Amino acid sequence: MIRIDCPICGPRAETEFTYGADATVQRPAMDEGKVQPWLDYVFNRNNPRGAHREYWHHVQGCRQWVVLERNTLTHEIGSCRLARDVEGQEETQGAEA
Amino acid sequence: MKRLATGGRIDRSKPLAVSFEGQELQAYQGDTLSSAMLAGGVSLVGRSFKYHRPRGIYSAGVEEPGALVHLRDGDRHEPNARATVTEAFDGLVSTGQNAWPSLKFDVSAVNNWASPFLSAGFYYKTFIGPFKHSTRFWMMCETFIRKSAGMGRATYLNDPDHYEKRNAFCDVLVIGGGVSGLSAALAAGRTGAQVMLVEQDFELGGAVLNDPVGREGDAWVAAATDELNGLSNVRILTRTTAFGAYDGDTYGLIERVSDHLKAPENHQVRQRYWQVHAKRCVMASGAIERPLVFGGNDKPGVMLAGAARSYLNRFAVLPGQEVLVATNNDSAYAAAADLARAGATVTVADMRAQVADATQEIATKAGATVLSAHGVLETRGSRRVKSAHVVPIDAQGRATGTGRNLPVDLIAVSGGWAPAVHIWSQRYGKPVFDEASAAFIAPDDASKTLQPAGTAAAAATLNDVIAQGFEQGTVAAKSAGFDAGFGERSESYPTGPFWQSGYLPLWAVFDANGKTKGKAFVDFQHDVKISDIDQAHLEGYVSVEHLKRYTTLGMATDQGKLSNINALNRMAELRGKPIEQIGTTTFRPPFTPIAMGSVVGHEHGRHFRPTRLSPIHHWHVEHGAKMTEAGAWMRPWYYPKGTEDLRAAYIREAGHVREHVGMVDVSTLGKIAVQGPDAAEFLNRVYVNGWKTLAVGRLRYGVMLREDGFVMDDGATARLGENDYFMSTTTANAAKVLAFAEHLLQTAWKDLRVHVTTVTDQWAAIAVAGPNARDLLSKVSDADLSREALPNNHFTHAVIDGVDVRIHRMSYSGELAYEVYIPSGFARHVWQALYAAGADFNLKPYGTESMGALRIEKGHVAGPELEGRTSMKDLGLEGFASFKKPFVGSVLRKRPVLEDPARPVLVGLEIEGPTGAKPGSLLFPEAGEAKGHGDGWVSSTTYSSALGRNIAMGLLKNGQDRKGEVIRVVNFVGNETLKAKVVSHHFFDPEGVRQNG
Repeated sequence: MIRIDCPICGPRAETEFTYGADATVQRPAMDEGKVQPWLDYVFNRNNPRGAHREYWHHVQGCRQWVVLERNTLTHEIGSCRLARDVEGQEETQGAEA
Repeated sequence: MKRLATGGRIDRSKPLAVSFEGQELQAYQGDTLSSAMLAGGVSLVGRSFKYHRPRGIYSAGVEEPGALVHLRDGDRHEPNARATVTEAFDGLVSTGQNAWPSLKFDVSAVNNWASPFLSAGFYYKTFIGPFKHSTRFWMMCETFIRKSAGMGRATYLNDPDHYEKRNAFCDVLVIGGGVSGLSAALAAGRTGAQVMLVEQDFELGGAVLNDPVGREGDAWVAAATDELNGLSNVRILTRTTAFGAYDGDTYGLIERVSDHLKAPENHQVRQRYWQVHAKRCVMASGAIERPLVFGGNDKPGVMLAGAARSYLNRFAVLPGQEVLVATNNDSAYAAAADLARAGATVTVADMRAQVADATQEIATKAGATVLSAHGVLETRGSRRVKSAHVVPIDAQGRATGTGRNLPVDLIAVSGGWAPAVHIWSQRYGKPVFDEASAAFIAPDDASKTLQPAGTAAAAATLNDVIAQGFEQGTVAAKSAGFDAGFGERSESYPTGPFWQSGYLPLWAVFDANGKTKGKAFVDFQHDVKISDIDQAHLEGYVSVEHLKRYTTLGMATDQGKLSNINALNRMAELRGKPIEQIGTTTFRPPFTPIAMGSVVGHEHGRHFRPTRLSPIHHWHVEHGAKMTEAGAWMRPWYYPKGTEDLRAAYIREAGHVREHVGMVDVSTLGKIAVQGPDAAEFLNRVYVNGWKTLAVGRLRYGVMLREDGFVMDDGATARLGENDYFMSTTTANAAKVLAFAEHLLQTAWKDLRVHVTTVTDQWAAIAVAGPNARDLLSKVSDADLSREALPNNHFTHAVIDGVDVRIHRMSYSGELAYEVYIPSGFARHVWQALYAAGADFNLKPYGTESMGALRIEKGHVAGPELEGRTSMKDLGLEGFASFKKPFVGSVLRKRPVLEDPARPVLVGLEIEGPTGAKPGSLLFPEAGEAKGHGDGWVSSTTYSSALGRNIAMGLLKNGQDRKGEVIRVVNFVGNETLKAKVVSHHFFDPEGVRQNG
C-alpha cells in the first residue's frame, strides 16, 4: 500500500488515487501541425528503471492532479506536488518537429 | 501410533467428536486434526498430485505437503486443508481428496507406473500426436489430463459466512509469538509503544510448545504472556497469520476468528483481514525443518523429527513404536531421547562420521542406539513404511556397504533447519546464504523497517533467540520514537543442542554408484524427484527460476517450504557452484493459502460497488418497470403491459412514442458545468466543432476525440450564461471526460481560466418525445414552446408545478422532442406532474430498450458505435469538424491509417426475415467462403416498428459504395447466418421533418 502525501489532503492510501500518465512528456502546443510530435506524445514512452515522474489523480479526495516521483523498481515515493504548481508542463509554444 | 495416558498440552477433560473418512477419532481440546489422526492410527491421509502416491502426515505445521483433506461438508466445504494446522473442534468432519474411488484404492495410482512418461515437463514432450500439424491427439489427452489436475475439489455452493476487513495502525508489529517474538513484544510494549503481536497457532510459545510440559520454557512463556496481557498498549492476536508484507510498511494478516468452531457463533465473522500499517516490524517467524532425500522418503511413516517430537510432547501421541531417527545435525537428538523415554525403540542413523560424545549421550542415556556415518538408502512398504534399508555411508552420502533392513514404523528425519524468511523476502528480495549457519537469511541492514529475530535470523542458541528478540523490539520501539522503559532482558538458559548445531551439509543418500534408489522425492506435493531435477539440468534448465517452473518444484499449495533448499543444493552440485551463487526464487504472498472471502470482506454482490439510482428510480419500480444495469446505474429497461416480454414491450413503446408521446428518464447522462471567461476556448479545444459563436440560450451537439484521433464521446452543450456552459456526456463516459478535462486544465492548459465541475447528480433529466410533446409541455409549464419561440437546439427556463426547470429542445429519437432538466431533489415531483398532465395526451413512459430502437431507426451513433475503434470519418461525422481551429486529436485523426478508404464505415442494414441480427455478428459478401474477420460487423440492432422489420447499424468496408448490395450477417458463436441489404443508416425520416416540427 503506497502512501502518497497529497499537498491538499495529507498522507493518503494509494487506493484513493488513479494513475494518469507519464509526467515527463510535454504536450505539444495546440497549433502544432506536424504529426511526429503528436505521435511521440501519444504513443512513445521511455521505460526508466528507477526514478520517474507520473501524474496521479486524487479522485477520492481533492480531485487534483499531482506530479508524483516514484521509483519504478522499489515503489519508493518521492515528492508529490500539485500539477498546477509544477513548472514547465505547459504546452511547448510553437514547437519544432 | 497411540495416544498416551498422560502428558501433552491437550485438555483431556474436553473430548471432541472428530472424524476422518467416516472414522471417529478420539480428540481433545488442544488437538489438531493431524494429532487426532495419529492418535487414531490413521496413516494414509491423502494422495500426491502427479503420481497419486500415498501421503501421510509429514510435519506438525504450515509446511505440510501431504496431509491435505477435504474439510467440512456442504457450503462450508474446503479443499486442500492442512490437517496439521486445523484445530480440532467438536463436529469436525473431514475426508480424503485427490483419490478415486477411495484413498486406499486410488485408480490414478497407475500414474505411478506411468511415471517415466510423466517426468519433468512432460506436457511439452509426451502426448504430442504423430501428425505434424494436428493437435488432435493432444486435445484428446488433454481432456483426461485436465480432469486429473488439481488436488481437492471446491464446492459450487455460496460461502454462507461473512468476513470483515479492518485497518490497524501500530508502532511495532511482531510476527510470531514464540520466544523471540514475545521478547520483542515485551521490549517494545514496556516503552508504551503501540504493539501488535500475531501468532498463527492457537497458543503462544512457538517451539516451547514442543518441549515436554513443565520445563523452564513454559514458565518463561507464561510470565511473558502475563506481562503482555497486562499492557493495554499491546494487542495479541492468536490464530492469526501474517501472510504478506507490502510497500509502505503495510502488512496483511488473516485472523481465523471462527475456524476452530463448527460454525461462527453470535453472528461473528468467519475470518478477519487486517491491513496493518506498522512503523516497524520484527519478524520472529522461526525456522522450518528440512527433509532428507532417499528412496521412498515420501511414504506415510516418514516425518520430520521436530514434528515427531511435537506430536509426542504437545499432543501426547506416540507417532511410532519402532523408530529410526535419521539426521545430519544435533537437533534431532532431543526427539530421539523423548521418543525413547516414551517407550519407543529408537535407533539414530547419524549421517556424520564424527558425533560428539555429549550429543550421543542424549540419545543413549534415554535408551536409544546411535549409528554414526549411517543413512537411509530406501524405505520398504507400500501404503506405509514397514522397514528402512540403513547403510553405512561415506562423506558424500554414498553407501559403502550392504547395511541392513531395519523394521520400523516411523522414520523421523532432520536435514537441518531453514529460517522462515518469506515475509522479509516479499518486501526486500532474495535472502543471502550465510556460511556460519549454512542457511539463507536476510542480510544485515539496519536501515530496513522490517527486521528478523530469533531462529528466523539463524540464532544459534535459546539465549540468542531471547536476546535478538529483545534487541529488535528495542530498536523498533526507538525508531518509532519510544526511548525508555525497556526493562530487563531475560535470564539465560542452559544451551542444549539447538536448531542446527553440528550441521553437516549432507542431505541425500545414494548407492555406491551415486544414484538414489527407487523414487527419492524433493517436493512431496508435486512429486518432483531428485532425478527430475537432474533431468531438467540435463535439458538446459540451469536457472533456479526455470528449474522451478519446468519441474513445478515449489509450486504446490505448500509453495516449496520443504523442498526449496534441497532443490537449490542439488542444483548447486550439478552446476558445480557454491549454493550462494545459485540463489533462491522470489517469495510472494500469501505465505500460506488464504480464503478468497477473507480479503473480499463485505465487498461482494451488491456491495462490490455502489449502485447509483436516478432520483425517479422508485417511481419506475412502482410502475412495473423492469430495471437494467448500466454500469453502476439502474435504469428503466421497459415497462411491460400485462404479460409482455421485452420484445413486445419495446416495440409497443417505440411505436407509441412515434404516434403519441412518451417520456424517458435520462438522468444518468453525464453533466459537467464548464465555467469561466475561457470556457468557450476550452470547448473549442476539446470538441471538434466550434463554440465561440454559440449564444446564450442555445445548445449544440459536439463530438470529442481521444488524443489519438479516435472518437471518444458525444453530447450536447448549452450556454447558460456568458461564462457558464452546461456540457453533457454519455452515461458511460462521464467520469472519463471529466478526468480528461481536469487533467488538461491542470497541466497543459493552466493558463485557461475555466472550472469544470461534475453536476451529474445535481440535475435530473427527462426526455419528452413524440407528436404531442409540445402540447403536453405547454400545458404543464409556463414556457412559450412554439416553433418560433423555441426552435431546435434552443433552450428556455420554465416552471413546472412550482419547480424551476430548463427545457432544451433536442431530439435523440427523431421525434419532436425536449429534454427537461430539473434540480434532482424535485425530479420525481416534476415527473409525476408530467405523468398526470400526460393523461390527456396519451403519454406513456418508455425505457432504454425502446429509446435505443428509436435512435437506431434514426441512425444516431451511441455507445456501440463509439467503442474506441471508430473515427469520425468511419461514422460519417467528419462534417462536424472545424477547419478553423485545432482540437484534441485533430492532427492524429488525419494519420494515413485513419484515412484508409478500406476502413469499415457506418451503414444501415435491412435484415431479411423474422430474426434480428446479433451485435458483433460479422459481415461477409453474399457469395464466397465466410472465413476470418469479414468486411465488418454489426454494432446496434433492433426491430423497427416504424418500418416493420429488423434493422441494424454496422461498420462495413467500402460501405458508402455498397448501398443496395445484399450481404451475409454471420454469427459464428451462435452458428447463425442472416441476409441483409446495405442501406443508409438514416432509416426513418431522414430529412428530420418530425424533429424539426
